[in-house]
Amino acid sequence: MTLPLFSPGEDPGPDFAELLRRAALVAPAPTTMVSDALRVTHGTTVVAVRYADGVVMAGDRRATSGNLISHRSIEKVFPADRYSGVAIAGAAGPAMEMVKLFQLQLEHYEKVEGAHLSLEGKANQLSQMVRNHLPAAMQGLAVVPLFAGYDTRRAVGRLFQYDVTGGRYEESDYASTGSGSLHAGTVVKIGYRDGLDRSTVVDLALSALYQAADEDSATGGPDVLRGIYPVMATITAEGFTRVDDDEIAERFTDLLDHLRAVRSTTTSGGAPS
Amino acid sequence: MSMPFYVAPEQVMKDRADYARKGIARGRSLVSSVCADGILICAENPSNTLRKVSEIYDRIAFAGVGRYNEFDQLRIAGVRHADLKGFSFSREDVDARSLANQYAQILGQIFTHEMKPMEVEILVAEVGVTAQRDQLYHILYDGTVVDESSFCVLGGDAEAIAERLRGSWAPDLDLASALTGAVTALAGPDRRLGADDLEVALLGRDNGRRTFGRLEDDEVAAILGDAGGDQTDGSTDGAGSPAAVPPSDDPVPGDGDATGQTPPVPPGSDDDPTAPPAS
Repeated sequence: MTLPLFSPGEDPGPDFAELLRRAALVAPAPTTMVSDALRVTHGTTVVAVRYADGVVMAGDRRATSGNLISHRSIEKVFPADRYSGVAIAGAAGPAMEMVKLFQLQLEHYEKVEGAHLSLEGKANQLSQMVRNHLPAAMQGLAVVPLFAGYDTRRAVGRLFQYDVTGGRYEESDYASTGSGSLHAGTVVKIGYRDGLDRSTVVDLALSALYQAADEDSATGGPDVLRGIYPVMATITAEGFTRVDDDEIAERFTDLLDHLRAVRSTTTSGGAPS
Repeated sequence: MSMPFYVAPEQVMKDRADYARKGIARGRSLVSSVCADGILICAENPSNTLRKVSEIYDRIAFAGVGRYNEFDQLRIAGVRHADLKGFSFSREDVDARSLANQYAQILGQIFTHEMKPMEVEILVAEVGVTAQRDQLYHILYDGTVVDESSFCVLGGDAEAIAERLRGSWAPDLDLASALTGAVTALAGPDRRLGADDLEVALLGRDNGRRTFGRLEDDEVAAILGDAGGDQTDGSTDGAGSPAAVPPSDDPVPGDGDATGQTPPVPPGSDDDPTAPPAS
């Protein structure tokens, strides 16, 4: 691997994706539809919710290939840099690659330029990556991310939703994507209030994923037996922080207790006693 | 009809080396030293925005003296090399030794084949898990690589500075003592350098993934024990500004343990710290 030196006119600047193209490290997009027989792994439901201190992001742990569960414990919520996070749904392989590239792009820019990108700039970068991925998406490898971060210049949490064409839509309250997003989004929509505190918003996101898993076979619920719980992270003025698994386990137990209490008063359709 | 003059290769090389050395000697020097907390890099640099010391990768830093545009070009090439390598292989596979060799190739190539050699000296440092595994590669304008294990001085007045630093350096110094020693060596007997004249960075051994961090002016001033005592400019307005490259964790030097030996203050000597004399 030689030292990548460019003449001033050819210099790719702080753009890592362009540098990869120059180094011929970019794989070409598939030119025909990727067959279902290949059983491409898919990741599913992720949500992001704004609250008083910033944003919380959460994702279930299941990956599916057609009707089969291919992984029980993949992660779909990642730090993008210190003050932002990215969550993914869609074809798992390209999605992981996109996250890796996005993380590197932000770090590369920061090192080359000696300054951070603005939150808007980061969201725009991701938008271009999703747009560049469109040829693969057309062949059945769609990736739809969520991006959220703490805007240090404005001192607020912000979140962005995307579509396969790279369309970027800033949401004011919450966003969700993936197969269970309809159910998860509805739960968040009903429970959402302005300026929620951390504890409430973590419970809300957990409940949203639980309900999505209850209705959508591709979304994994909390797995008490194996100790696999959704990945959750808060992004605040302190930066990106993973919510501890023990805390999630505890909150999940409370959620189950609550659901059990509700259920015991509505015994319609129960099994014969 | 004119015939090209014959110039002996020895003469060509000597002229180029003299040219490069002169260019480097015009700038100010830089010191890097291994300490208990990691690798300290301390440059004499009054600018707060044009950096001599920067981050290359998780455990690797770059520092350069001489012509700014030339070593900055090398710095960016290093960042690209490291990021591409980390992308194609793994983050663990990015190492200072291979990067130093790449730099040596380029500098050697330019020195022998181009009209003008690069007027730079650069340092590639990699912090290890223990001080014994720290690596410092000092690369000269002609591609010579020198591997150091304790400290390293770049710039025009390197020998005198190294001589002074040899007196104060010891293995396992804490950050405050290492910095005080480095600044005293850089300044020499007749000058005194304040936080505003310095650019200080640390590859912190326990800084998490991205080990590189800058020490802000107020942190440096606290260590040097001259907070508010700087006579050249009383205001430290640069101190509050965020670091240009704040990585994952800012290094917190032993919260301003101000017990470091304050260098003697020769009055009026640091008004305009001129470049070390070219010899």
